Amino acid sequence: MQENRPLAGLVAHLVLVLGVLIVAFPIWYTFVASTHSLQTILSPPLPLVPGDRFLDNYGEALVGGIGQIGGVGIGRLLFNTAVMATAIAVGKIVISILSAYAIVFFRFPGRMVFFWLIFITLMLPVEVRILPTYKVMVDLGLIDTYTGLTLPLMASATATFLFRQFFLTIPPELVEAARIDGAGPMKFLRDILLPLSKTNIAALFVILFIYGWTQYLWPLLITSDSRMSTIVIALRKMVSFTDADTPWHLVMVVAILAILPPVMVVVLMQRWFVKGLVETEK
Amino acid sequence: MSRVVFPARVLPYLLLSPQIAITAVFFYWPASQALWQSVLREDPFGLKTTFVGLANFRSVLADPNYLQSARVTVVFSVATALLAMAAALWLASAAERVVRGRGLYRTLLIWPYAVAPAVAGMLWLFMFNPAMGTFAYMLRRAGYNWDPLLDPGQAMTMVVVAAAWKQISYNFLFFVAAMQSIPRSLIEAAAIDGAGSTKRFWTIVLPLIAPTTFFLLVVNTVYAFFDTFGIIHAVTGGGPARATETLVYKVYNDGFVHLSLGSSAAQSVILMAIVILLTAIQFRFVERRVHYG
Repeated sequence: MQENRPLAGLVAHLVLVLGVLIVAFPIWYTFVASTHSLQTILSPPLPLVPGDRFLDNYGEALVGGIGQIGGVGIGRLLFNTAVMATAIAVGKIVISILSAYAIVFFRFPGRMVFFWLIFITLMLPVEVRILPTYKVMVDLGLIDTYTGLTLPLMASATATFLFRQFFLTIPPELVEAARIDGAGPMKFLRDILLPLSKTNIAALFVILFIYGWTQYLWPLLITSDSRMSTIVIALRKMVSFTDADTPWHLVMVVAILAILPPVMVVVLMQRWFVKGLVETEK
Repeated sequence: MSRVVFPARVLPYLLLSPQIAITAVFFYWPASQALWQSVLREDPFGLKTTFVGLANFRSVLADPNYLQSARVTVVFSVATALLAMAAALWLASAAERVVRGRGLYRTLLIWPYAVAPAVAGMLWLFMFNPAMGTFAYMLRRAGYNWDPLLDPGQAMTMVVVAAAWKQISYNFLFFVAAMQSIPRSLIEAAAIDGAGSTKRFWTIVLPLIAPTTFFLLVVNTVYAFFDTFGIIHAVTGGGPARATETLVYKVYNDGFVHLSLGSSAAQSVILMAIVILLTAIQFRFVERRVHYG
């Protein structure tokens, strides 16, 4: 134990409280704005406590007037985003487990070539090949489809590596025992490897769900029909500082709805989130 | 190393096929197209393409707008990385000192990670836009001429703050993990020798977490380079007067809005080179951490 100085502890608490305030304030501000009327929002300063329009604003944004954003209801946008986040997370996990399994538990010609083919994709993020990727998507007719939104983002070197690292720690005796007992490779994968990988899968799921939910450039490229848009893109399209008609009170509601699901995932699955974050970056 | 493996001829290829197929169609095919287009020039009607060698690269690198964009990217990345890391380090060292409530603070500090970069940018814009932002109102009341939609320096400040804000949680978790792995005996020995907490921080904690700091520097740079497209696109659109036009934003803008294929492809290839460089640095470091960390 170091010297016991209550003052230093107090200062540390103050620093942390200040940090929490700075980190949380933008979201609190948006939430407060989402419970006030348009007039209140347009005449700053905004009060620091929520107003009385919570039900009115959220009701209007969610069920009131259909087609708040380019003719599309918020339910549809949330659904699209949830489909995208879930499909990317599940798809990436399945594909990565299969290829990591092949690389670790089999010996076959070209194994290292495949390993490097997957590895190099780390260096080709969407951002550096925007236009040609878009062209491929047009040629394949994948614009404005769920396949287009999700499939190309499912190949991931990081997830494959995470599983590879984990599979390498499986004791060889386990494989041997399974083989002696007459288990084939698929039975070993299903009955032994997958149950052992449960925590890794949960951790990765949290990280990938957030990755999918917060995508911006990809849905921006792949969707032109606003019915296929995600909530983040739709929010961007609602905001205009030059247009006097922007319904700011509803914009704030949409912003909160765009933030809430992934934040809930992080807070409720914190243990796996921290594990996933620290391990995928190793 | 001899591992026990399953004997099979076809199965491993079947297992690999989904990942390889997606990778080939959506990664390698477009990337090779970018490489190929970067040495071609297409006429405006798309009727004739000619091989021009490195001419696209020469014109990109001689373009003052591109050089300006490179400068913007460097300023933006350095400022974002430094701000996000300094704030996170400060919070992490405070978290090390408190005994009670550490878990609660962690929960409250990590959730901005789940906010999309574009949304993070818009949250800050809500607070600081001149039309209705409370802070813009307060700044103006204090006599400060605040308008991030018109002033280049203020626009840059805003996107940097928004980008750094989102990254604090990530850095915080890694700094906390690094500090917890420092042997307590070292800190106690220094305390017994009379080193105060400030001195201990600079002479023991900071050197021992240097590998993590370096790792985070690379990760934050990659983040500022590539993942902040949403912030720039949603908040400033590269403006005012190209003051916040980063390299990735420029590739998008030149390719999609101005439709200049060769130039955009050449810029993509330059970006690929930057990613390869950053990844190589990151992996060299990972090797080191495995040996000495």
